[in-house]
Amino acid sequence: MSLAYYPGCTLKTKARNLEEPAVASMEVLGFKLEEISRWNCCGAVYSLAEDDLIHQVAPVRNLIRVKEQGKNELVTLCAFCLNTLKRANLLMKENTEKRDTINSFMNEEIDYSGEVKVVHLLEVLRDEIGWEALSQKVKLPLRELKIAPYYGCTLLRPREVAIDNVENPTILREFLKALGATPIDFPESTRCCGSYQIINNPDDISEYAQAILNSALSHGTEALVLTCPLCDYNLGRGQKELTNKQSGLREMPLFYFTQLLALALGLGPQVCHFELNYGSPESLLRKKNLLS
Amino acid sequence: MSVTISPKRLRREFIRKVKELSGQDLQLCYQCGMCSGNCPAAANMDISPRQIIELARLGLEDEIANSKTVWICASCLACAVNCPRGFDLSKVMEAIRLLTLRKNIDHIRPENISPQERCELPQIAMVSGLRKFTG
Repeated sequence: MSLAYYPGCTLKTKARNLEEPAVASMEVLGFKLEEISRWNCCGAVYSLAEDDLIHQVAPVRNLIRVKEQGKNELVTLCAFCLNTLKRANLLMKENTEKRDTINSFMNEEIDYSGEVKVVHLLEVLRDEIGWEALSQKVKLPLRELKIAPYYGCTLLRPREVAIDNVENPTILREFLKALGATPIDFPESTRCCGSYQIINNPDDISEYAQAILNSALSHGTEALVLTCPLCDYNLGRGQKELTNKQSGLREMPLFYFTQLLALALGLGPQVCHFELNYGSPESLLRKKNLLS
Repeated sequence: MSVTISPKRLRREFIRKVKELSGQDLQLCYQCGMCSGNCPAAANMDISPRQIIELARLGLEDEIANSKTVWICASCLACAVNCPRGFDLSKVMEAIRLLTLRKNIDHIRPENISPQERCELPQIAMVSGLRKFTG
């Protein structure tokens, strides 16, 4: 089965370790992630100002590409893209006045009114494949691997685009269980990493990273599982800085969920690109006999 | 903090613009402080998220303009999902930022980001950051 897929900018460069294992894993699960043609940057953040419609054009144009190709669902991997596309889609569905303005501005395109459903790959795994069916496809159970889910913000907020319960999400916990790993809950799993403040207040980011990483470590985790390339950068960079400063913080591997999926499905380390990860994931995996 | 409230200092135009850009009814807030309590960046702000709402509806533009709070907010929406009144503070923060940025006053200069950091940053950091901090 073919799924319309939107990669976004970061997955083609810095976060190839998020995309490549996803494409390979979905193939094994019987789905082809088919990149939509002529996609453009989604704008990364949703425009919060009422009068700012020009920044809605970029995400809506991507949704029009999907509709043109006769698809009614769009799969994303990057949590930022999911949020921006899903919120823009909701605007086109619910606000008729703004929808008309945007449609008439883009008069060279077909009209769009929110017909496409924007989903995250985790939702495909949960709702279209199911945790039970997924666990049956696992060839290398991630036994004895204690991993804490880190959701960040954009998968869960605002409420109307959340892929799971806003206060108490379980989707990553269920995902880890299906792969045979041991999920570790910690209270900071939905706390913001500082996001785009990295280009304005990098010192604050290290502070936020320290609070999140220390909390995860104190709950007995050996690694974090992420969905967002910006969380990865902020926590990874923060971790590097803190360990260099000898703050007492222990280095901890940061994985993308798709890397764990590929590994558990028996696809081997080649598609995972662990060399792009923070926190030496390969040494932990070797220790657990998950990597030869 | 202490602020002087008087009709002379009230900026009706500022209140109108914040309401128009944010689409939020500033009178909805009953100052319970859930926004400040849930904000992961509140400790680094000089004026708390709850106080921003109060100052905005009193039209105290100068206090807000001199504060670094809106430039520390990361739009993580922890305030919005926890507000018992359904008030979206992230939209008010955005409105206040835009009132500065739209005067062609950028908050950051891309050339001040070190070349090494520029190479390492994921694209979404650059795109989102430059959208939030430049006009």
